[in-house]
Amino acid sequence: METLDRIIAEHPFFIGLDDGFTNLMVSCASNVRFKAATYILREGDPANTFYLIRDGKVAVEVMAPQHKPIIVSTLSVGEILGWSWLLPPFQWKFHARAVDDVRAIALDGKCLRTKCEQNHDLGYEVLKRFAQIIEQRLEATRLQLLDVYAVRR
Amino acid sequence: MTVATAVTTDPMLPQPYAVREVAKETPDTFTLRLEPENAVNRSSFQPGQFSMLWVFGVGELPISISGDPALHDRLVYTVRSVGQATHSLVNRGVGDGVGVRGPFGAGWPLEAARGRDVIVVAGGIGLAPLRPVIYHVLQNRKDYGRLVILYGGRSPRDLMYRKELVTWARNPETQVLVTVDYGGLNWRGHVGVVTTLFKYSRLQPARSVAMVCGPEIMMRFVTRELETRGLSRDDIYLSMERNMKCAVGFCGHCQYGPHFICKDGPVFRYEQILNLLEKYEL
Amino acid sequence: MAQGPEHVLSADQLGKLIEALVRQGYEVIGPRLRDGAIVYDKVESSEDLPAGWTDEQEPGRYRLKRREDDAFFGYAVGPQSWKNYLHPADVRLWSAERQGETFRILNNEAKPQRQHAFLGARACELAAIAVQDRVLLEDKYRDPIYDRRRRGAFIIAVQCTQAAATCFCASMGTGPQVSAGFDLVLTELLGPKGHRFLLAAGSDRGAEILAELETVPATAEVCQEARARVEAAARQQVRSIDTAGIKELLYENFEHPRWDNVASRCLTCANCTMVCPTCFCTSVEDVTDITGDHAERWRRWDSCFTQSFSYIHGGSVRTSAKARYRQWMTHKLASWIDQFGSSGCVGCGRCITWCPVGIDITEEVTAIREGGQNGNP
Repeated sequence: METLDRIIAEHPFFIGLDDGFTNLMVSCASNVRFKAATYILREGDPANTFYLIRDGKVAVEVMAPQHKPIIVSTLSVGEILGWSWLLPPFQWKFHARAVDDVRAIALDGKCLRTKCEQNHDLGYEVLKRFAQIIEQRLEATRLQLLDVYAVRR
Repeated sequence: MTVATAVTTDPMLPQPYAVREVAKETPDTFTLRLEPENAVNRSSFQPGQFSMLWVFGVGELPISISGDPALHDRLVYTVRSVGQATHSLVNRGVGDGVGVRGPFGAGWPLEAARGRDVIVVAGGIGLAPLRPVIYHVLQNRKDYGRLVILYGGRSPRDLMYRKELVTWARNPETQVLVTVDYGGLNWRGHVGVVTTLFKYSRLQPARSVAMVCGPEIMMRFVTRELETRGLSRDDIYLSMERNMKCAVGFCGHCQYGPHFICKDGPVFRYEQILNLLEKYEL
Repeated sequence: MAQGPEHVLSADQLGKLIEALVRQGYEVIGPRLRDGAIVYDKVESSEDLPAGWTDEQEPGRYRLKRREDDAFFGYAVGPQSWKNYLHPADVRLWSAERQGETFRILNNEAKPQRQHAFLGARACELAAIAVQDRVLLEDKYRDPIYDRRRRGAFIIAVQCTQAAATCFCASMGTGPQVSAGFDLVLTELLGPKGHRFLLAAGSDRGAEILAELETVPATAEVCQEARARVEAAARQQVRSIDTAGIKELLYENFEHPRWDNVASRCLTCANCTMVCPTCFCTSVEDVTDITGDHAERWRRWDSCFTQSFSYIHGGSVRTSAKARYRQWMTHKLASWIDQFGSSGCVGCGRCITWCPVGIDITEEVTAIREGGQNGNP
């Protein structure tokens, strides 16, 4: 568990958070592995865990009728997968598939949610960090939407 | 004020070259290798420069030179077919003639980058004017630090120079990261805009010089990302594009604020143009 | 050489000046009446000149009016400038022949047969020629077409003794006094002492021509009278541009509401760029004949006011009239300074006169300085 300690404490997401809280998160963390082509989470399932990717690539996908699944983005080493555990209805909005073999740290989102409700200072700190992640993803998504490499006639 | 230069070949007259090879990079992009009809002509250029390519009776286009600057017997161009003139250019066959004027413009800062890490950020066809930089750095490896190549394309089939991307990555102290806006089930690489690659790169901002080329929107976001990561505005270079007719600063078409892209550019230091990039309809 | 000593030439001897130039092999280009305007065209004798005519100019208005005297140069400026001769509107750059799979370029740009003598160049026009010299001869490349025509051109300047309502050269520091850049300079004087010209040489070849004419040395009195007339022309000007800090003013006001105001009036007709003596933008056109074996490249005047001027694949960068007007004015008054070390505007007022809706560049500058949306709706 020592490695887990260090990884979590040093990850940008956790820096600046109360030590006691970080320790709590570590106690709810576990190493997980996903084989290539398996699904880490599925759209519609309850969202109670989030992941800190340590190795491998994850594809965030949308299942569309009459289409093959559409990859909207990929996440890799050091990135956090999943924020829907934080806000109601606590349900995944996309599929996430391991593109190669993925190693990650699973963190207890349900536990963290409860703590945030009880301690709003903590809640604010956590929300701030996730807001930043969401903002970066939103900006990147908008850029993708622009289809800048397409030929306009 | 600069002194009028006496050029050895008249910059206004196309020199006859012939197509020696045509390679298809993507469904709409082709790489042409041209060699001069008159073998005496040396074809040298600085990475980042462009030529005006003339198709007999059709028209003339500014195209960045995308070949190896160490080879002086040829000029290589990667052209995307987007309209009538580019269409006729990419449909040239081996042996067909193409008129070449140039090379023109201010190129990439290879001298200023000596001893430093070089970050090449390319979007779409923007990798073409940057390929000469990659060749130069890899051939003069000890003159440069780390080489980081970040390349974004529309989709997997739109990626150029695929074999070279693989061989480049095998060089020491060289990192190549590729992403696409639209992936597919068979694509096992990154999906997302090129700015998302930064976090996976081994960047050392203080030691780095960045060279960026791609659609203007992409360059705006990339420079912002580079600045956020600690690069100085003097160490970020962009290649700009505007309408060009003469390439020698007389027709006035390529003006970008006070700059003539054909002679003050196309490569600019970010510091020089940062207050122009944000202006709509400049 | 600095300006030589001043002489007086009787007005009826003006034709001899033209003859002397023709003898030296020049084709004399000077003012002529045509299509209700004073234009620059071939002049063979003094009878071709618009004696007794003047122009009345206002924003969007140009009329010729008869004078009470017979002054040859009693007008301000017409729609054209010497740009039409030095930087022609249509030039074939070269032609080419197909040869199998390749081609051969015939470097056969049409060259003028005789050099021109420009009769009647105003101070603003000389300033404009100097501006174009800087752009086309003294920057990174040299334009051989302009070079060839410029080097041989013989310039007979004329001091302005009256100003049109649209003139503002005094505020631009380009006139009305001619001080350099000429081979000969004339000041036309009329009155009880007779119709005569004060003239002086500004170069060796000017002195050569002067030597062929019947002149008498000018008295101090005549010189004084001539200077006073030019000073009066300066005082007569009703328009001006305050050029202090104008570069920063325009660079920093990219989003000023005045641009929308002018855009609602501007037709993007490009008249202003056609008549402006410093506008130099051109385009190239490649043409073939029906066989496809012969090709030519032509250079033609172009204007930043056209939709296609800023076209790159996908569309034009400056699609709105607002962006195009702003580009022209900012380039002329501000960017030009960074590019070439001086303003691009010489205060000739042509753009004001020949704008069909009467947009006045001097008024636009004032409006931006003052920060409000004043002026004509």
